[in-house]
Parts: sequence; structure tokens; C-alpha cells
Amino acid sequence: MKRALRLGAQAVLYAAFAAALGYFSTSPAFEPLPAGHALIRLSLNHAGQRKFECRTRTAAELAKLAPNMRAPEDCPRERAPVRVKVELDGSSVADIVAPPAGLSRDGASVAYRRLPVPAGTHRLRVSLADDAAGTFDRVREATLRLDPGRVLVIDFEPGQGGILLRHAPPAEGPPK
Amino acid sequence: MIAAASLPGPGRAALALARVESLFDRAFGERLNPWRHLGALGFHCFWICCATGIWIYAGFDTSAVGARESLAAMDRNEWPLGAFARALHRYSADALVAVTALHLAREAARRHYAAFRRFAWLTGLVVLAALLASGIGGYWLPWDQLAQWSLTATMEWFDALPVFAGALVRNVVAADQVSDRFFSLLIFLHIGLPLAMLAAMWAHVQRVSPARTSPPPALAWGLAAALAALSVAKPIALMPAADLGLVPARIPVDWFFLFPHPLMARLGPEGLWIAAAAAFAALAALPWATRVPRAPAARVNLDNCNGCARCFADCPYGAVVMVARSDRRPHARQARVDPALCAGCGICTGACPSSTPFRSGEALATGIDLPSPSIGELRERLEARAGALEGAPRVVAFGCRWGAAVAALADRGTATIELPCAAMLPPSFVEYALRAGADGVLVATCREGDCEFRTGEALLAERLAARRVPVLRPTVPRERVRLVHVGRGDEDALRAALDSFRAGLPRPGTPPAHRLPPPKRQEKRHG
Repeated sequence: MKRALRLGAQAVLYAAFAAALGYFSTSPAFEPLPAGHALIRLSLNHAGQRKFECRTRTAAELAKLAPNMRAPEDCPRERAPVRVKVELDGSSVADIVAPPAGLSRDGASVAYRRLPVPAGTHRLRVSLADDAAGTFDRVREATLRLDPGRVLVIDFEPGQGGILLRHAPPAEGPPK
Repeated sequence: MIAAASLPGPGRAALALARVESLFDRAFGERLNPWRHLGALGFHCFWICCATGIWIYAGFDTSAVGARESLAAMDRNEWPLGAFARALHRYSADALVAVTALHLAREAARRHYAAFRRFAWLTGLVVLAALLASGIGGYWLPWDQLAQWSLTATMEWFDALPVFAGALVRNVVAADQVSDRFFSLLIFLHIGLPLAMLAAMWAHVQRVSPARTSPPPALAWGLAAALAALSVAKPIALMPAADLGLVPARIPVDWFFLFPHPLMARLGPEGLWIAAAAAFAALAALPWATRVPRAPAARVNLDNCNGCARCFADCPYGAVVMVARSDRRPHARQARVDPALCAGCGICTGACPSSTPFRSGEALATGIDLPSPSIGELRERLEARAGALEGAPRVVAFGCRWGAAVAALADRGTATIELPCAAMLPPSFVEYALRAGADGVLVATCREGDCEFRTGEALLAERLAARRVPVLRPTVPRERVRLVHVGRGDEDALRAALDSFRAGLPRPGTPPAHRLPPPKRQEKRHG
């Protein structure tokens, strides 16, 4: 009888452990986005323009260099930071300055921002500057419908037309 | 002699935990109490996880687009094995986290993190980190929406580090689908990280001897059956295929592994880094940040050491090694103690064949001994306290500092002697106590499987049962010796055990059936 009671108690404890595992393995559920919200991800990886112009070396400068290092031009490697601004319905929601990577500041600038926004139709304006003067010469505007839970990715690919809006649902007007 | 107050003993948290554990004793018995096998149960869960992982991998498509479908096909076509194996893989991993967390909490409560346990503590933290990393990586492989959410959150977390700065998450957001090359990397991670974890587990048990990496069969089968039943009752459902243009409304989070993601939603990536670093730093600093009393290390007395290696065999922490003889005595080896690894438990003293009180000479010395209480002090106490006993039956009770407080039993007919670990008691002292006038000897150890020094209570039980050297000689009447396992807080049980033992001993006026002659040393001393 005592053995049966002990086995029963063991069964209860094993069941309780298994129940705890089973419950916390999937519950309580988590909502990554507030209800009625969509998500804009700003993600770009772009090398800014050279910060300084190339300069022709003088004969005296060239003579000081080792023979195998005598390149006629001195082109500083440092790149300009990339600045990107995102405006939603006329309000700024992101203004990021992404410095170039690397010890010599000659790598690509990487930026990422997660922007939960209320679902619905929005007017989006993205502008990007990648030169030393900070000129916003890349701009894209669009009117988009962002359904709840949908993700809009803002990216930049110079070879594919510049500022890209991935996973964008049908826009209410042609992109400008 | 060292003051008793400065010697280590159980703290409040350990005593509170012991009360919880004693409840499980009622269901499982002391030997099978799962609290005392958490580390071994962790190994058990790990092997279940490995076996099921290999089974799943055999049918797994390693491409991003095919991964989920291959698992769905496994669920459909290989039912119940496919779905069962996936569920068992998940639940055994969850159980591994649970027993690891309990193991860590238990060892922390018992202050098992400093001095000779520091290495195991720190490597245990490495195991924990590798476990969480391995498990989180496993959630990415089905490449469903749960995988997408977890992978994206993890990439966002690492991108908070300046070295990445947003580069990692582009693998998940900057295209319509992750590349197969990147997905292959994730698979390698889920194979490599568990292997790294296994290496850390191996390191974790290097400073204990013998390492207990297998739970008792009854416990192993019980846990396996519980996990199998859960796997049948609640199979793991795949979420819809990953869609990089979508954030799922509700995520069925596995809180054992994926808790950092919701935490990051609250704290932010930088906040999560700070919290994680602070938690691990606090745990890693524990051996240095808190003062844990420590007993002095054992010392080898070469004049009494013949290199028999019994101390080497019984030391639970590998603190004793056998080395070439450094004196001119005709023995090949001698024992050497590494003070940094020594727990000061005295188990080695109990194992030494020279630790016999029957040796002549006023000052008793042995081959390996504690500074205090030394084997000589132990004999002096025994002789003094046994000689002062009155009435009948007279009992000498040996107890463990970590078990039930044996001192509470002391009265005119009961002499008590507390030891750093009950296994410090050489069996010859039991015989000596009987010859010195005791009618019975009670030896109280910690609960079975609950020795503060891992194996003390089991070693002593084997020695008294003559299954391990040094043995209690067969001429000692067993009915006059009682071994009881009682933990701290079980003083009532200890008292009841003494009363029961005393009731079975020869009554006054009854000729003792097996009266042992007094020790020659005592005859000589008392004329």
C-alpha cells in the first residue's frame, strides 16, 4: 500500500513537471506588435561617397615614396557617413547618420531601425544623403497601405533604382 | 584546533531547500530524489535531445524553402515517429533548461560555487550559455514564422553591438527569402553549439570523482516516460511558412529558451545586453564576491603513508594524487594533496588504513589527516566521552556536521561526536568505541545521495557493510551498530532512530552476546 502511494505520488510529480513543460513550451503567447500596427524596417548597407577628392602628388612627394608605392594620385580612403531620414505623414520618424565602418572609415555604412506604426494608409517620404556635403539627392515618396502585421522594408540599392520599398502592398498612387 | 563557528556548515537557503527536498523524499525515497540528481538528469535530457535530433536531421531538408515542408512531411508520413521525435526533441530540451536552472539554483543555495567548486561553477555557466544558444538556434531551423521571429529578434539583438551595427538583420529582411548559404550556417550552428556545450559539460565534471552523469535507472526511465507521454499528448505544431513581409500576430513562445526575445521587446537590445551581461557577471563573480567558510585542507604524513591509494580512490574532488615517493621508505608511491582542490571533508582520512585507533602511542597519527579535527583528536574525544558514559545501554553517536545535529542527543548514556563528514570515520573507530565501553554505536550521515561532499554517506555505508576497504571487521556484532541517514532538520527522526536502536541493545543484567574485549591501549592506560 505504501509503495502504491509512493508510486502514485511519483506519477503526480512527473505529470506536474510534464504539464509545466507543456504549458510554458508554448504559452503564454507573445504579441510582437501592438494590435492594429504594422512595421517599417529601415535596413540599408551602403558605402557613402569618398569624403575627399583625389589629389595629384608632386614629384617631390613621389620621390619620397618607395618605387612600388609611387601612385600618381593620393586618394584618401575615408568615406562620408550616410544619412537617411524617414517621414511618415509629414512627421519625422527616423533620422539616422550611419558612420562608415572600418578603422580607416572606408567601409560601408549600415543602418537599421525598427519602426512600429499604426496600420492604415500613410504618406511616406525617404531621403538619403551619402556625400560629404550631406546633400539629400536621393528621395522617394509613396502613399502606401500598411495592413496590420505587414512589414515594409526600406532599403537602398543604387543598382536597382536607389531607395527600395520591399514587401510594399499596392500603393494608392505611382511612386514619385 | 579550529573554532567550530568558523567551520563551514549549511546556510539558511540550504536548510530551506532541504525542507523542500524532504517532501520529494516521501514520494521518491532519498536515493531517487530527483533534486539530488539534477546534473545527471541534465545529461540524460541532453542525450535524449541528441538522439531525437539525429533522427529528425535524417529527414530534414537543409534549404530555407524546403526545411519546413520536410518537417511537415515527417509529421504526416512518419507519424507517430516524426511528430513524436520532434516533440520529444523540444520537450527534452525544455526539460534540460529546467533541470539546469534548478541545478544552478540548488548549488547556489548550498553555496557550492567557491574554492574547490569554483571551476565547476564557472564551467557550469558556460554550459548554461551554450545551452541557451543551442536551443534558440534550434528554433530557426523549421523556418516557419516562429523561426523567422526568433531569428530576426536574435539578429536585432546582436546588431546592437557596434561590430555588427545592423548588418546581421539584413540576412532576414533585405530580400524576399533568406539565402540557403545563410540557412546552412544556421544548421551548422545548431550542430556546433551543442557539441561545444558537450565539451563544456565534459569540463564541468572534470574536478569531481567519480562524475555522476547518469541518473539512477528508475529516475531516468521515469523522466523519459513523462517526456514521451507529453510528446504524445501535445505534439509540436509548425507555424505557417516564414513570410518576411509579415509579423505574426501571436507567437507561441517557448519560454524556456525564447524568453530573451520578449525581454528585449521590453528592455530594448542594449538593455538586454546589459541585463544578460549583468546576470552572467553576477553569477561568475559569486565565488569571489561572497565569503564561504572553508575547512582546512588535508595533509599527508609520509611516515604513515604506504602509498596504498585508498585516499586517491575515495576523494570525491580528485584532490589527492599519487606521485613517486619523495622519501626513502620502501614504497613506490605516496599521496599528495592539492590544497586548492581539497574540500577538507576528511573522507581520505576515513579511507586511510593507518587511521586506526588501536595503534599504540599517545599521539595517534595517520597517513592523511585534517588539521582539525585530526584522527588523534577524534580518538581522544572518543575515549573521553565514551569513558564518561553512565547507565545502560551506553551509546556513542557519530554524526555529520551537515546532517542532523547529533549533539542534541547527548545525555548521560549517549556520547556524541560530530565530524566534518561522516565518512571521515574509519570503521575501526566503531569497533574501538564498542571495546571502550559502548553498548552500541550509532552513525548518522546525511540523507542518501545528499552528502555535502558528494559521496561520503555512500562510501561510509559500503565500508560498514564490508564492501569497501577499510571494512568494519566481521567480528564486530552488527546488531550493535546502526547506520542512519538523516538530514539537517531531521533531529526528531534522529532521536527516534536512537531510541529504537537503544531499545534493541542488550538490557542491563543481560550478558552481552558479543562483548568485545577492551582495546589493549585502554587496558594499558587504565591498568
